[in-house]
Amino acid sequence: MTKADIVERIYEKVGFSKKESAELVELVFDIIKSTLEKGDKIKIAGFGNFVVKEKADRRGRNPQTGEEITISARKILTFKPSQVLKASINN
Amino acid sequence: MTKSELVDKIVEANGMLSRKESEMAVNIVFDSMGEALQKGEKVEIRGFGSFTIRERGAREARNPKSGAVVNIPAKKVPFFKTGKELRERVDNL
Repeated sequence: MTKADIVERIYEKVGFSKKESAELVELVFDIIKSTLEKGDKIKIAGFGNFVVKEKADRRGRNPQTGEEITISARKILTFKPSQVLKASINN
Repeated sequence: MTKSELVDKIVEANGMLSRKESEMAVNIVFDSMGEALQKGEKVEIRGFGSFTIRERGAREARNPKSGAVVNIPAKKVPFFKTGKELRERVDNL
């Protein structure tokens, strides 16, 4: 499934034009992305939570050469699926 | 930001939309992604990320309180991989 399939569903179910449906889906993801970019979380009941986590510096190794390197501190996005979603996937 | 706040934000950003319509659209977005995952399909949103189903094998675990061995059956879990654009934006690169 891609964005195009979601656009199609909105077009069928809400009755917007294809163009409006596409703009709407784009807007949904744009708002989610800019919220996460600010470090805020997104909580979607029945689906899951998207949370930005801070990772500290850590030591790692280049698996090819065995050379020790420092993996720099960074922010990463994590997704925690809701109980409802997890249960529905395992029916 | 909760789903309901997301619905409000969309109404603010798109003046043509009623709250009801915005709510329907947001529900369709997440319901259709959930349904695809239920069917075992991959969901791929460009610039955002992709969701896949990962299989976890059966394993033995222990009840930490009683120490009793419990058999945990195999299960499927949804997995999200952040897309390149969003990964960079979140890390403020």
